[in-house]
Amino acid sequence: MTALVLLDHDGSAIKQPARSAVAAALHLGEVHVLVAGHGARAAAEAAGLLPGVTKVLYADNEAFAHGLAEPLAALLVALAPGYTHVLVAATAAGKNVLPRAAALMDSQPISEVAGVIDADTFVRPIYAGNALATVRSSDAIKFLTVRAASFDPVAAEGGSAKVEDAPGIALPTLSRFVSAELSRSERPELTAARVVISGGRGMQNGENFKLIEPIADRLGAAVGASRAAVDAGFVPNDYQVGQTGKIVAPDLYVAIGISGAIQHLAGMKDSKVIVAINKDEEAPIFQVADYGLVADLFKALPELAAELERTA
Amino acid sequence: MKILVPVKRVVDYNVKVRVKADGTGVETAGVKMSMNPFDEIAVEEAVRLKEKGIATEIVAVSLGIAACAETIRTALAMGADRGILVETDVDLQPLAVAKLLKALAEREQPGLMILGKQAIDDDMSSTGQMLAALLGWPQGTFASKLVFENGGLTVTREVDGGLETVALSLPAIVTTDLRLNEPRYASLPNIMKARKKPIETLKPADLGVDPAPRLTVLKVVEPAKRKAGAKVGSVAELVQKLRTEAKVI
Repeated sequence: MTALVLLDHDGSAIKQPARSAVAAALHLGEVHVLVAGHGARAAAEAAGLLPGVTKVLYADNEAFAHGLAEPLAALLVALAPGYTHVLVAATAAGKNVLPRAAALMDSQPISEVAGVIDADTFVRPIYAGNALATVRSSDAIKFLTVRAASFDPVAAEGGSAKVEDAPGIALPTLSRFVSAELSRSERPELTAARVVISGGRGMQNGENFKLIEPIADRLGAAVGASRAAVDAGFVPNDYQVGQTGKIVAPDLYVAIGISGAIQHLAGMKDSKVIVAINKDEEAPIFQVADYGLVADLFKALPELAAELERTA
Repeated sequence: MKILVPVKRVVDYNVKVRVKADGTGVETAGVKMSMNPFDEIAVEEAVRLKEKGIATEIVAVSLGIAACAETIRTALAMGADRGILVETDVDLQPLAVAKLLKALAEREQPGLMILGKQAIDDDMSSTGQMLAALLGWPQGTFASKLVFENGGLTVTREVDGGLETVALSLPAIVTTDLRLNEPRYASLPNIMKARKKPIETLKPADLGVDPAPRLTVLKVVEPAKRKAGAKVGSVAELVQKLRTEAKVI
């Protein structure tokens, strides 16, 4: 049994959720990985260093430069017949392409896999994580998106797989990349951070998110948000943690001014330690928090920044 | 341009779901059912495109048991023109849904199909992508903005790092993200009017599709419950506990 993992990369390094997908694939057998991009051979070389990977396929084409689903799915379909499983991390990028490839192979994809029981049997959350379903696939080639927060990523180095060029194929031209408007931040990515601090509706506006910054700086944290804060326009969409946003499981998750709606809990309740700061002591977030502080966040946040500095 | 909008009947998002004691699924008997929230956004977008004169007709489609007709009625009350119910008792999984929708697309020849990006019951987030694949159409998933120009469509998408814009040829598939619009409530007169709008009922066999599931659900269980911890009295106590007890900072 050999699995193929499509890796998300930034042109030179392999992203952490992709390394979690490799970890999931290692439960299934031998692991080959695919790096698709344009002028991204450095990323393919980096993929060769992932422990456990035995082969890297590198596909270089302008059509792969921006991760468009149509050409990437065509590439996966060309390669899939050599494999028993095709995997990708369940990021926005992964979820965009994998089902498209699966349908072309007449396979029912399995989304957000959180556990591997055996080659055919997988555990995945349903209903915003309020239930866990164990499902068995009857398809010849299984297509899986992997919930990165459920698998510890493989290390970035330690392996020594060779890089081979993927076979060239005819690519569809149904879509065209126009532009990207990406959030710029010096902070770690939400899905890779050891500490995440999220603000909710209680932050009242985007300006107030600045109160979180000195704390995030001090803890090396990523900054996230609840759906309510994103919908209200306080912060960009890529901050959203929850059922339909990003799924995170850091060592420490700090929820500030977040009530704890089911759809938010779905995105963070597997965090190792949860802290909640909210002035409403009845807020449901306290039911999952290891440490709860009932306080006005506008008083508590400056205090927290000062206390972290004082006791550092 | 005709727009086809598939709508799914799901457990209402406000309901706290309960796993059945026998581990076969979640309790749906006597539970409030509603249109999947992302599908409401899809219907709303189609109605706005009709109001702008871009769409000429909106067809709402639902697949499943007879009660899915209620979900179609909701779409009709929001402004869809007619409905199609593909009635079956089979547990429909996304691949089967995509195949049924493909057959309907071939029959109806829409210029655009707008779907929710995921259903809040199975959380699969895959039907739109699979439908696009089967039809050989481009896809604009997780859309937060649609612009029609020069006979094509540009879609602004919510991606991992922010926003991305892609240009698609038509016909195309769009799946909706939360920020695309805020769906309207149907007015009472429109709810009354919707009762007179036609709903056609078909069976999967009429569309030449075998809807048999590919995934067998072996069991459904409740996840391990997280225990509530302790309240702390001050910021100083919190920091001290995180340092010495939890050891995470």
